[in-house]
Amino acid sequence: MATVQFKKIVKKFGDNLVLNGVDVDIKDHEFVVIVGPSGCGKTTLLRMLAGLEEISDGEIFIDNLLVNELHPSKREIAMVFQDYALYPHMTVEENMNFALRLRKMPKPEIAARVTEAANILQLNKFLKRMPKQLSGGQRQRVAIGRAIVRKPKVFLFDEPLSNLDAKLREEMRVEIAKLYQRLNATIIYVTHDQVEAMTLAGRIVIMNHGIVQQVGSPIEVYRKPCNLFVAGFIGSPTMNFLAGKLSVAGGVTVFSHESLTLPIPAFVLPQKEAAEGREVVLGIRPDDVLVEHPGGEKCSEKVNGVLEVCELLGHRENLYLKVGAQRLLATVEAFFNRSPGSAVSLCFNYQNMHVFDKASERRISE
Amino acid sequence: MKKKMTAAAKRQLLKSILLHAGLIIFAAACVYPLLRIFSVSLRPGDKLVSLDLSIIPAGATFISYTKLLRDTMFLRWLGNSLLITLATSFIGVSLASTAAYAFSRFRFPGKKVGMILLLSSQMIPAGMLILPLFLMIMKLKLMNTYLGMIIAYSVSSLPFSIWILKGYYDTIPRSLEEAALVDGTSQVGAFWRIILPLSTPALSIAFLFNFTTAWNEYLVARVVLFSAKQYTWTLGLFELQGQYITQWGMFAAGSMLVTIPVLCVFLYSSKWLISGLTLGSVKG
Repeated sequence: MATVQFKKIVKKFGDNLVLNGVDVDIKDHEFVVIVGPSGCGKTTLLRMLAGLEEISDGEIFIDNLLVNELHPSKREIAMVFQDYALYPHMTVEENMNFALRLRKMPKPEIAARVTEAANILQLNKFLKRMPKQLSGGQRQRVAIGRAIVRKPKVFLFDEPLSNLDAKLREEMRVEIAKLYQRLNATIIYVTHDQVEAMTLAGRIVIMNHGIVQQVGSPIEVYRKPCNLFVAGFIGSPTMNFLAGKLSVAGGVTVFSHESLTLPIPAFVLPQKEAAEGREVVLGIRPDDVLVEHPGGEKCSEKVNGVLEVCELLGHRENLYLKVGAQRLLATVEAFFNRSPGSAVSLCFNYQNMHVFDKASERRISE
Repeated sequence: MKKKMTAAAKRQLLKSILLHAGLIIFAAACVYPLLRIFSVSLRPGDKLVSLDLSIIPAGATFISYTKLLRDTMFLRWLGNSLLITLATSFIGVSLASTAAYAFSRFRFPGKKVGMILLLSSQMIPAGMLILPLFLMIMKLKLMNTYLGMIIAYSVSSLPFSIWILKGYYDTIPRSLEEAALVDGTSQVGAFWRIILPLSTPALSIAFLFNFTTAWNEYLVARVVLFSAKQYTWTLGLFELQGQYITQWGMFAAGSMLVTIPVLCVFLYSSKWLISGLTLGSVKG
C-alpha cells in the first residue's frame, strides 16, 4: 500500500479553471473520500491520479514517486468506474483476470487470485457469465473484483454506487466498508453523496469550485465546518442559516435578526470576533433546534414559532417552522402530534451553534 | 365484445395479407432478373429473347458453363477479381479502422475539416475521378498491375468506411479503454483488445462495402488494365461480346458464377452483424 500526495494541482480545460491549487496528503492505509457537488473537480482530480487526465500544473506523488508523466498502467493503481466499464465481450472471470493476463502472470496464481476475489465478493456462481447477464449490483461487484485481483498500491473509486438504487447502494456501502477492513488498503473514493462520505471515510476532503474547502475526519467536518459551504453541504437535513448583525452591550454579544434576537455566549463566539455591527450568519443544525424543550444552561431563550408542515420519517420527524418571517427546520423524535398551524416554542442548542462571517463565509465561532 | 374482436382480427388479417402481397411483389421484382439470367445460361445456343417463361427451358444444358470455364480465361479473371477485391477489402478496412479511431478519440487540428473533406470526396461522381486516377497510377508506373488496382480501389472506398467506423466507435464508451489503460494496456493495446472486438458489426459492414464496390467495379479497371491476363471478371465478360455476335449463354453463365463469392461473403458476414455487443459494459 502507499501514500498519495497532491501538490498544488491545477487543471485547465481551455480557459476554464477546473482545479485551482489542490494540496492533499493521503496516508498509507487511509480511506479518503473526496466529496463535493457536481462539477467541483473531484472526478478530474481522481482521473489525474489515475493518469487518464493531463496535469496542467502541480505534482502528484504515489509512494513518494512523481507520477505526472507515468503511464496509467505503471502507476500500480486500480480504478472502479462510475459506469462499471466492464469489457462486454469477456466473461466475468476474463474481466477479472484481464490485467493479470496482460502481466503474463502464471496461470495458477491468476486462478488463485480470481477465486479469492470471487469469494470475497460472492461472485463464484457468476464467473462464466457475460456482463450483460448480471444485475447492476453484480456488475459493480465484478468491477470491484477486477480491482482487487491486481493488489494495487492505491484503489480509486469514482462514484461507484451512484448508478445503483437506494437499497443496493446501502448494501454495497457496507460491502465496501467491510472490504476496506479486510484489505486495509489506501483507498481514494469520490462521491457527491455526503452520506457515503460520512459513513465510509477515515478522512473527508470537501471540494467546491476546484478548491479544497476542508479536510478532516467526518465528525470534524460535521461539528466544526470551516465555512458556510461545508456547513451547508455536510449533514442531512441541511443546516439552518440565519443572517443578521452582532451588537455588543455590556460585554454581552447579541445577534439581531429581523425575526429574532439571541444573546451569543462567549463559549460560542470569542469576544475578539464579536465586533459591533459585524454581519454574520448563524448556523444551527435541525437536530439543535429544540422544540417544546424545557431548555437549560446550554440552550438559548425560548422563541415562539408556528408549525407549518410535519414530515414523518419513521423514527424521526422533520418540522418546518416559521419564526416571524424566518423559516426553520427542526428534527425531533417521531410522533410530535401537533397539527400544522399550531404555535410552538423553541430554543437553540448553544453547544452546536456555528457563527460565520457573512463577507468571508469563514467560521468565526469556537 | 366478441364481434369487436372479430372485426379487429379481420382488419389485422387484411393488413397482413396486403403487407405480404407487397413484400412478395418486391421480392419477385428483385429475384426475377436473376432467374432470367439463370434461365438464359441454361438455354442451348445463344438465345437471349424467348417467349418461353419457364425458368428451366426446354433442352436445358450446362454447356455454356463448361464452355466458359474451358474455352475462356474466366477462372483467371475470377481469380484476379478475387485477389484484387480481397486485398482491397483488407487494406481498406485496416486503414479505415485505425483512421476512424483517431478521428473518434483524439483531438487534433483539422479534425472537423478532415471529416468534411472525406464526406465531400464521396460526392464527386466516379467518372470525374477516372482521369486523375489514371494519371496517378501511370506516374507510379502501376498501369496494368494488381497493385495499381488495389491502390485505386482502396483509396476510393476509404472515406465511406472511415465514416461508418467513426460513427460506431463514437458509441463505444471511453471508460472501457480507460479501464484497459489502467489494467495495463497501451493505447494501441486498448484499441486492439477492446475496441476492435466490439466493432465487428461495423467492421463487417465496411468489409462488405469494400468487397462489393471492388468486385463490381468496371470503369477504373477498363482504364488501368489492358492485357486480358490481368482482367477482372467485369472486363473479361465483355470479351464475350463481339462486333456481330454476343455469346449470351456464356455471358449469363459468367454472371451467375460471379454472384457466388459475393453470396458467400454476405452469408459469412451476416453472423458478425449482431447488435448489442456493448450491452452490459456500462450502466445503460
